Amino acid sequence: MIDEGRPLFLQIAEQVEDSVVGGSLVDGDRAPSTNELAAFYRINPATAAKGINVLVDRGILVKRRGIGMFVADGARARLRDERRAVFADRFIQPLLVEARALGLTPDELAQLVRDRAASDHTDDRPEGTER
Amino acid sequence: MTVIDVTGLTKRYRDTLALDRVDLTFAENTIYGLLGRNGAGKTTLMSIITGQNLATSGDVRVYGQDPYENPAVLRRMCFVRESQKYPDDATPRHALRMARLFFPRWDQDLADDLVAQFRLPMTKTIKKLSRGQLSMVGVIIGLASRAELTFFDEPYLGLDATARQIFYDRLLEDYAEHPRTVVLSSHLIDEVANLIERVVLLDRGSVLLDEETDAVRDRATTVVGEAAAVDAFVAGREVLHREGLGRVASVTVFGALTAADRSTLRTAGLETSPVSLQQLVVRLTQQSADAPASSEGVPR
Repeated sequence: MIDEGRPLFLQIAEQVEDSVVGGSLVDGDRAPSTNELAAFYRINPATAAKGINVLVDRGILVKRRGIGMFVADGARARLRDERRAVFADRFIQPLLVEARALGLTPDELAQLVRDRAASDHTDDRPEGTER
Repeated sequence: MTVIDVTGLTKRYRDTLALDRVDLTFAENTIYGLLGRNGAGKTTLMSIITGQNLATSGDVRVYGQDPYENPAVLRRMCFVRESQKYPDDATPRHALRMARLFFPRWDQDLADDLVAQFRLPMTKTIKKLSRGQLSMVGVIIGLASRAELTFFDEPYLGLDATARQIFYDRLLEDYAEHPRTVVLSSHLIDEVANLIERVVLLDRGSVLLDEETDAVRDRATTVVGEAAAVDAFVAGREVLHREGLGRVASVTVFGALTAADRSTLRTAGLETSPVSLQQLVVRLTQQSADAPASSEGVPR
């Protein structure tokens, strides 16, 4: 869940973002508190707080005084847009590098992607629908 | 706010320099990891801060005062020593009762709860306890004291993995509700890396690193690939460690990588792997051990 080599507070922010993108936290939900995150991931509360602050600064979470942190309206749509923008760099690029090393052409790679998608029924919901 | 201020602290034992002009500050409500090899000066530093030892020279201020024989300051500190001595016929019950009298913020419910969780026998004499049970007595006193400054010197000796996890979890839980300054000296760096907000690394009596833990997480990187390509990339960088296997080299370099570095690495077909805090500490202290001995043992 937590890996080495990257600042923990960024990883905590990403874990919360993942929950929003994945739909387990929806717009308007109460987000986990600093202490809840610290206890769950077994990390220093100050680090968890820093992660939360990143999300507040980015407008993904909003603070409601005395009650806690909540997922901002439109947060999920925004995060999906952001992640789509870096999808090619983060996922396609390493795929291409490995495919090239194995002697697979881009066409063969595309065919593999289509074949796998066709046989994978775990996620065959139409684009953009809620669970 | 700074609660401990250490300036030019030097401690000499006969011909050994345990601390060599150390400058450090500790802030309130922060968990520190005090790391370093055996003999680096960790215990000496903590014993001087807690007034159990005298400096050869230099200055230590705790809440602005000299801690030595200063009850007002000492009551705000708890030092859990790795080799804590108890009276011969004392039982854990006696030890906890003494602690309760001494520490103004003592929480008896927390102590009782920890005794039950650790399954600590309360009526056996302490000298008949196992090493792990002896450590439990210290851990319970350290946590239940709620002292504003709590020092744990290798509190895990003899504790099994389950008991250590109980300690870490209870420390985080209690710290979240009752923030205070905790200084945790440990050799089990991987186990405490996520708990400590700042890392202080001592090496042969000097401070090698004093930083936010999160800031050092990407401080070193291991670059792996064809030896010539690796060598080209690491040229001019600070190399902490090098290993080779056939034509493949694995080199750990100090310094965060930039986006440009990463793209260079991709183009060169080199792979990178992160370096954990433990690995970084090993590399840094190994590197300094390989270097010629500096001032250790040499009178100035």
